[in-house]
Amino acid sequence: MDELLEILQDLHPEIDFDSCDTLVDDKILDSFDIVTIISEVNETFDVVISAEYIKPEYFNSAKALYELIEQLEDE
Amino acid sequence: MQNHVLDYLFDIVKKVPNKVAYSDGTVDMTFQDVYNEARSVASFLHNNGVYREAVVIFMKKQPKTIAAFFGTIMGRNYYVPIDSEMPAVRMQLILENVKPKFVICDDDSIESAKSFKFDGKIINYDDIKATPHEDEALNEIYSKTIDTDPIYIVFTSGSTGIPKGVVACHRSVIDYIEQLSDVMKVTEDTIFGSQTPLYVDACLKELYPTIKFGATTYLIPKELFMFPIDLVKYLNEHKVNTICWVVSALTMVSAFGAFKTVVPEYLHTICFGSEVFPIKQFNIWKSVAPNARFINLYGPTEGTGMCCYYEVNRDFELDEVIPIGNPFKNTEIILLDGDNKEANEGEICIRGTSVTLGYFNNPEKTSECFVQNPLNPYYPEIIYRTGDIGKYNEYGELQFVSRKDYQIKHMGHRIELGEIEINVNMMDEINMAGCIYDEIKNKIVLYYVGDMEIKDLTMDLKSKLPRYMIPNSIIKLDKMPLTTNGKMDRAGLKKMYQNK
Repeated sequence: MDELLEILQDLHPEIDFDSCDTLVDDKILDSFDIVTIISEVNETFDVVISAEYIKPEYFNSAKALYELIEQLEDE
Repeated sequence: MQNHVLDYLFDIVKKVPNKVAYSDGTVDMTFQDVYNEARSVASFLHNNGVYREAVVIFMKKQPKTIAAFFGTIMGRNYYVPIDSEMPAVRMQLILENVKPKFVICDDDSIESAKSFKFDGKIINYDDIKATPHEDEALNEIYSKTIDTDPIYIVFTSGSTGIPKGVVACHRSVIDYIEQLSDVMKVTEDTIFGSQTPLYVDACLKELYPTIKFGATTYLIPKELFMFPIDLVKYLNEHKVNTICWVVSALTMVSAFGAFKTVVPEYLHTICFGSEVFPIKQFNIWKSVAPNARFINLYGPTEGTGMCCYYEVNRDFELDEVIPIGNPFKNTEIILLDGDNKEANEGEICIRGTSVTLGYFNNPEKTSECFVQNPLNPYYPEIIYRTGDIGKYNEYGELQFVSRKDYQIKHMGHRIELGEIEINVNMMDEINMAGCIYDEIKNKIVLYYVGDMEIKDLTMDLKSKLPRYMIPNSIIKLDKMPLTTNGKMDRAGLKKMYQNK
């Protein structure tokens, strides 16, 4: 989780990713961020987030995204 | 001869007044709506004595923003689009450059506009969109208009830290729209899905052919470009058949595997540009739209949008680059070498009506690249030097080689690395900054020396530069590599980056 928080924090130092669960709904993340997150997650966790998982519900909070990564790691 | 770009609108509104011209998927505007509201905006500006002046349009991507553009032109003024994606500092610089009497806002932007420091007034589009039409006055203004009158200023990255405003006139836009529409084979059945923001010249490709042919443009909400499957579904839902997108928007869909879930059903014309299309991703698109025409478009803002095109008609190896092809009709490309002689490889220079008028209120920058054609010593003739190096391939097609300076294309946006560096160097705690671009991973990398945390630096930069200019990776150094002249050594940084 720390590694993921680091990726997110680099993009948006001003956001508290532990508590924020409206990253997409409040337009904090944009398409640049999504592309960056996906490629960083791929490098760090060796996990490919494919289009079917690129949905608001997985990107609204660091927690949801981390759960997705864990799920994909198990597959 | 057509000398007014809105003749397209005046003609089409008589033919298909009730057809939808622009939509964002929720709000539709017919050609009649666009005409009526544009005429009201023009009347308002006329009533307030705004004539042959810059009018700043600070509105989001939505149909009525286009009516505000057209209304500005109708009163013989020129629109300057700005957007909440731009940081306040940048918008302020633009206002200082164009000194508008009016900034037209929408409900979303009006509050932030109140913080601008300028001598003009702020008005809400909705308050002026029903202004009674001053037909007599507008007809007289129309009859006086000449085709070298400016119609817009769009701002692009400037290496000195100040954005440059490119001014275009009726004539170059009409020329562009005529030639581009031929190449794209636009008809009244064309349904565009527009990706680009309205504050860049790239949106001309959809906005103006729409009024020329009575086509329809869907302004795709930018949020959809985060979610590839929803994006393709949107295209299908609205039966979009023609798109002109930056390559990074196209690859976002193909690289993340969206086509496993949904494929575009109606697309028959796919234009792309601004960046190199990786062949692997191109082939994925080709496989889901085997009968579509794929067209590479190339051109700088200073050449009114696009000036060259190549329709893909052969297969490419994975390590090949799709050429930029040949100039549009009525445009000539000259390749000039270091001695200003024509060469097979050299700086791409544009000749013809498509060359814009120059940079607004900036004679110095204008004279650097809008120059007398060095091949013609006999009479005044301005060409535009793009700063791009090109060459002809074995098929006689133009191929992009590189830049001769530090301008890059990142996520479809044109960026001067110098502009990022200047903004970092302006911070008190920074001793020196240098930027490089990683073309493989498409990353802007910033190196700096100074007593500042990376986090604070990022926050500060975000208040000054648009999102797409924020470095993807920031690295603090104890010492900056220097050239023998004591300047920041970009090549040294690049070497350091590659060896890390």
